[in-house]
Amino acid sequence: MAVQASAVRPAPSTVSRPAPAFRRRSSMPRNLVQLGVAALVLLAFSIASLTIGARSVGIGTMVDAVTAFDPSNGEHAVVLSRVPRTIVGLLVGAALATAGAALQGIARNPLADPGILGINAGASLAVVVGIYVFGLSSASGYIWFAFAGAGAAALAVYAVASLGREGATPVKLALAGAALAAGLGSLTNAVLVSSQETLDAFRFWQVGTLSGRGWDVIGTVTPFLLAGLVLTLATGKVLNSLALGDDVARGLGQNVGLARGITALGVVILCGAATAAAGPIAFVGLVIPHVVRLVSGPDYRWILPFSALLGPVLLLGADIIGRVILPPGEVQVGIMTAVVGAPVFVWLVRRRRMAQL
Amino acid sequence: MSALQQAPAPAGQGPAGFRSSPPAGARARRRRSTALRLATAAFAVVVLFAVDVLLGTYTVTIPDFLRILGGADIPGASFIVLENKLPRAVIGLLIGVAFGVSGAVFQTMLRNPLASPDIIGISYGASASAVAAIVLFGAAGAAVSLSALVGAMVVAAAIYLISRRGGVAGYRLILVGIGFAAVMHALVSFLITRTDLRTASEAVLWLNGSLNSSNWDRVAVLVASILVLLPAAVILSRSLQGLELGDDAAAGLGVRVEASRLGLMSTAVALAAVATAAAGPVASIAFLSGPIARRLLGNRPSLAMAGLVGAVIVLAADFVAANLIDGTSLPVGVVTGVLGAPFLLWLLATANRRGQGG
Repeated sequence: MAVQASAVRPAPSTVSRPAPAFRRRSSMPRNLVQLGVAALVLLAFSIASLTIGARSVGIGTMVDAVTAFDPSNGEHAVVLSRVPRTIVGLLVGAALATAGAALQGIARNPLADPGILGINAGASLAVVVGIYVFGLSSASGYIWFAFAGAGAAALAVYAVASLGREGATPVKLALAGAALAAGLGSLTNAVLVSSQETLDAFRFWQVGTLSGRGWDVIGTVTPFLLAGLVLTLATGKVLNSLALGDDVARGLGQNVGLARGITALGVVILCGAATAAAGPIAFVGLVIPHVVRLVSGPDYRWILPFSALLGPVLLLGADIIGRVILPPGEVQVGIMTAVVGAPVFVWLVRRRRMAQL
Repeated sequence: MSALQQAPAPAGQGPAGFRSSPPAGARARRRRSTALRLATAAFAVVVLFAVDVLLGTYTVTIPDFLRILGGADIPGASFIVLENKLPRAVIGLLIGVAFGVSGAVFQTMLRNPLASPDIIGISYGASASAVAAIVLFGAAGAAVSLSALVGAMVVAAAIYLISRRGGVAGYRLILVGIGFAAVMHALVSFLITRTDLRTASEAVLWLNGSLNSSNWDRVAVLVASILVLLPAAVILSRSLQGLELGDDAAAGLGVRVEASRLGLMSTAVALAAVATAAAGPVASIAFLSGPIARRLLGNRPSLAMAGLVGAVIVLAADFVAANLIDGTSLPVGVVTGVLGAPFLLWLLATANRRGQGG
């Protein structure tokens, strides 16, 4: 009840700072400390990602390899080979988790994830078409197809959802996205059941993986990911007012349609680039925001940066475990995120009262 | 707190029927128009069923069809109708109804239009179990069906028991379901990347859902289960109206929230499970039917309409799937999404224009 009482009051302070409207005040210093801890955890996972694998190296060797690289040293070469996948993990993890948090904000639905705007389905269909029609076979070849498919699908969903005077309401967005995903998924499957060669290439892309991504892939997606991150991280305040409901947000002077559109743009850039880089990885964007809300409270100005730090923690952690769990092979990160993350998530859901959207 | 809980998306999609109580005349008019639309949908199901059986690459005339049913043996035609077309259409009809009702029960009960059994892990449970049977044990036919059935039930029971903590909150059920869906999905992907290409494509074929292996044994099992489950769903659906208002409001109205939810969930899971066992997890019918039915009835939830919409989608999709390419029959699941999704998108776009989309 406190929400409505303080949000409806037309005090100017409420307009500029919607945070006090929430049931739990986010305390600035405590959250900053926690954010620092999250950053340190992420640093530790990044170091682990460089050192642990089929052939593990010591932290000293790792530091040497980074600071004073010796081409004749085999262990240095091992570390160097893990740099790209660690960077991809950092970027993709941050992108997916931040995008997931923003999506759950604009769709106001706990089931919202990059699948919901049809993004993964669009990327998948485009990649399948790329393989089937143009015979693509490499990660760098898939990139532009995945990107274009993701963008086109998200655009179509947004266009359908925002027809008419109500604009893109959360329910419309969620339903239009899921419906388009279903349709595109069917088309993808139609190709897969009729062409075994396509299935053979696609089944490995579709899992989502960080390995085998070279510097060319990183170079292509990084500008998009950084731009998307900046744009999305800046929408915290907007999402806070959208969380109060469209009517209240409008009352607070928010242009609801524009706010949703800009946030959605950031989300599409992030998810499109992440999917192009690593394949469709669903679980990170869905779950990290729910976990983050336990720590940060419901204030999106904190949820977004926390997600950006904890997303890569899950992705890198899962990737590290995937490298060593089934020697001599590796288990792809898309599989490991769910296997590692889901039990923790279910345990959290059971133990704690999750913050509802 | 309570205001925050009222905020989520389902509130917008809320029960229009409860929002205002129209005068008696308007209510009677609405009831008549609802009945009319239900009858139209039922008629569409009958027509599509007839089209499925009579037309297509092999055409049967109505007199011939009646003579075949009467026991006459027309060379060629009898076999094709009795052993292929008829069981196929019957199974298509029944799984359409089963998936449609199952999805609508979940969506209404959990107050989230996305919360169909496809998405909260139950279908994935069936898939993971069936794909494991195909890939690890080389299973085929009835063994795959059985393992899908068991998989769906086990995963649903696990989701229910884990999300139970002094009562199952709907929200917790959804979140736990997401977790299970992710693991099951990962399991399917893992199995498909670890096996040889031939087994992988066999698994993908099953995952798409197909009516190609329909036969009278499957029809018998399906009819028997649905005869039990549908009446149960109808009886339980009374408490569904209450649950749609939220747990607290439902309890206030005298609904036994826990018992009703357990009953509804078991019935809906069983419906989805027997349908999956019969034809595989035919894509997105459970998700699409509910929202389409709701919009066809002016934003009111209806299990009957959802079941009819499901049947329409499957029967129409099967006709296309069987006749699109000469000589081969596509899995019906690759067509259901392509047919159903644009329809829902179109409904969304036009409902928006009339200002009743929310």
